[in-house]
Amino acid sequence: MKLLKEILFPLIAVIAAFIVGGIVVWIIGDSPIQTYKLLIGSAFSWPDGIGYTLFNATPLIFTGLAVAVAFRCGLLNIGAEGQLYVAAFAAAWVGMKFGAPDPGNTFVAQWAHLPAIVLLPMCCIAAVAAGAIWGGIPGVLKARFGSHEVINTIMLNFIAVALLSYFTQYRYKIPGDPIMQTAPTSPSANLVHLGRFIPGLPERIPLNFAFLLAILACVLVYIFLWKTKWGYELRATGANPSAAEYGGVSIRKQIILAMAISGGLAGMVGINEVLGYRHRYYDGFSANYGFVGIAVALLGRNHPVGVFLAAILFAILLRGGIFVDAFTMHVSKDIVDMLQGIVIVFVAAEAMFRGPLKQFGLMKKIRA
Amino acid sequence: MIELRNITKRFGAVLANDRVSIKVAPGTIHAIVGENGAGKSTAMRIAYGFYTADSGDILINGEVRQIRTPHDAIALGIGMVHQHFMLVEPMTVAENIVLGAEPGTAVSLDLKKAAEEIRKVSDEFRLAVDPNATIETLSVGQQQRVELLKALYRHAQLLILDEPTAVLTPQEVEEFFAILRRMREQGKTIVIITHKLSEVLAISDEVTVMRDGKVVGEVKTSETNAAELARLMVGREVLLRVEKPDANPGAAVLKVKDLSIVGRDGSKRVDGVTFEISASEIVGIAGVEGNGQTELIEALAGLIPGSHVSGAISFEGRDITQTNARRRKELGIAHVPEDRHRRGLLLDFSLAENTILGVHYRKPAVSRDGILLDQKGIQRRTEQVIRDFDVRPPNPLLPARALSGGNQQKLIIGREFELPPKLLLVSQPTRGVDIGAIEFIHRKIVALRDAGCAVLLVSAELEEVTALSDRLLVIHNGQIVGEVDPKKVSNEDIGLMMTGGHK
Repeated sequence: MKLLKEILFPLIAVIAAFIVGGIVVWIIGDSPIQTYKLLIGSAFSWPDGIGYTLFNATPLIFTGLAVAVAFRCGLLNIGAEGQLYVAAFAAAWVGMKFGAPDPGNTFVAQWAHLPAIVLLPMCCIAAVAAGAIWGGIPGVLKARFGSHEVINTIMLNFIAVALLSYFTQYRYKIPGDPIMQTAPTSPSANLVHLGRFIPGLPERIPLNFAFLLAILACVLVYIFLWKTKWGYELRATGANPSAAEYGGVSIRKQIILAMAISGGLAGMVGINEVLGYRHRYYDGFSANYGFVGIAVALLGRNHPVGVFLAAILFAILLRGGIFVDAFTMHVSKDIVDMLQGIVIVFVAAEAMFRGPLKQFGLMKKIRA
Repeated sequence: MIELRNITKRFGAVLANDRVSIKVAPGTIHAIVGENGAGKSTAMRIAYGFYTADSGDILINGEVRQIRTPHDAIALGIGMVHQHFMLVEPMTVAENIVLGAEPGTAVSLDLKKAAEEIRKVSDEFRLAVDPNATIETLSVGQQQRVELLKALYRHAQLLILDEPTAVLTPQEVEEFFAILRRMREQGKTIVIITHKLSEVLAISDEVTVMRDGKVVGEVKTSETNAAELARLMVGREVLLRVEKPDANPGAAVLKVKDLSIVGRDGSKRVDGVTFEISASEIVGIAGVEGNGQTELIEALAGLIPGSHVSGAISFEGRDITQTNARRRKELGIAHVPEDRHRRGLLLDFSLAENTILGVHYRKPAVSRDGILLDQKGIQRRTEQVIRDFDVRPPNPLLPARALSGGNQQKLIIGREFELPPKLLLVSQPTRGVDIGAIEFIHRKIVALRDAGCAVLLVSAELEEVTALSDRLLVIHNGQIVGEVDPKKVSNEDIGLMMTGGHK
């Protein structure tokens, strides 16, 4: 019953969004049914559709979890975008500096030649650590000086983007390369594509090991939040800081911890993006993963399972949008942004549905 | 004046009012009493048009009238003052009072005329409210009088007051009652919803008692007493007096020396307080709210930053002035905070999660590894608290929000008593709690004392501190102004000390 209630509102929001979106499509002059068939169908075709959908979902799972963990502590992390950039760069940097010799890359001076078994975990840890630090900074600022984390995370987004563009352009780009990207990471820092293990899934599809890490992250976040004393303290702080303080919990410590964990989770996007896909840092690679993560967390009700499902939904839209763009007369892939927007509006306006549902006696009334 | 006839109102599965009939005679003060959830507020909200009844009639001056909205009620001369004031803080008294019934034309607002009229009404009932004062500069008692004015300005003949004294100090209650009596003399009719029996007896002419959505008694105040009313409210015999044997104090547990506390704004809240509490005794602190009691208790519980505290607190011979809240709890200092919603509970968390607050990091809440929560251990503890402290409904998975005030309080007290404590800091233990639960909580506190615990009790209810305490300290303006014997002292003497006068 409780589960049903949790799922009910996001589900209604999604259905309502699709109805409204369908009306818009119809007004523009295309068939809503055809469009949705295209949108959903293309995302579920085997192997490309499913492969790419899951690949697209991976960063959204990480950022969705990141936002959710911060939110459970009563914090709004708008800075997942900056955190994942810093993390991706850190992963790429370790991959460049400590990898096996690469004849194609003599530009970046290497400090050591580590085998994949050492290098890969190092790259992953670098990504998580960099994200955690970048997320932890606004945490410390809030805990220490009371400055609001929303402002600070937004500002740190700008700083991250500008700083990394600078490093890319002037330090780590191969001279003459017209694209804003660093030199490639060592091949020993490549994360294996899942196509190698799954029959029928070609290896060219970038769905990689990071997706499994994302599922693992969902499980670990769930265990952390609801099964450990640390998660209890974090949630208590989010639910009622005064009561948490009364219960002997250090609010300051929780704020820093939550922001660092949040940043670390956002940083795991770098694992998917750099180690599993581009094998270099590519300036401005993120398709607003950090911000869509807020929507994912909201739709997913800040629960790992919800985040996973919401990330999949948004990834379907992302993937399907390309086909809607190409194969309809009038509708462009902006329909996807619109649908996302409407979903969020409906989720945020949950009270709108509670009223009518009460009328039908679906919700238990509270005694006056 | 007003009569409810067979009013029935159902919220989902809950029958909030079951054929409720109440007849209020004109020119009287009529009290409606009952425990939380008895349906008294619902009945009055129906009379005021907030809800419409499923069935039944409302009669005004003998005629059946339809009251569908508060607007209808106002037109019929009914006014209501809610427990939580509905005032716009940055606006003036006059602006607040005319809100919704602005005088003047569509484009101009004649506030001057309104202010004059308000002053006239205020003088008539000696309310002493300045129409041009800003709401936020007024005390709670004055704000309440603004609410009264609001209804009187709209020519209300019948005033419904929902728990009007809950926010007032004892002095303010006296003033407030004087105002009500004046209003009665002027021919107004007043319905007062409350659960404080002493007030019912002090102010009302007639009493209607409700329980579980039904009217269970109608009596003239002059022909009843507290015990009878309590029995009607609860449905069984209730002990109104605390029965406790004399204290047999042991060694000193807590020693407070020259304790001063500075508030966030830099002002001194507690000023050089010195006292001791021994094992097996209850020391009460009487005082008008806001005289440093809150800060004193929080400082003893370790919830005020050490930099704001000076002086020395020692517990069982150990200096704990700079010890944090967690460590103090480990030493055996339990704390029942005055504001259970703000401090004491995680309202959206389950009862089980609430019973481990403060002990969530050690056994039995965590398993052997010291990290993972031990669900079985937590459940056992929760079931024990629920059983020993009669928390209803006894479902560990329910969110704390779903419980009534009394049951929430029993949950907190159960959690803290379970430590088990050597020193209990307890503040407003029965605020907003039903009489049945009050009796229970008082008995538990006395039992804890008899088991050897030292208790520091703060309460705004004078009767509560005098009845429970073995020794009574009076606080005024952050200073302890005297110690009295609660068995011998009169309320007048304490009242005088509380307000800064001396015995």
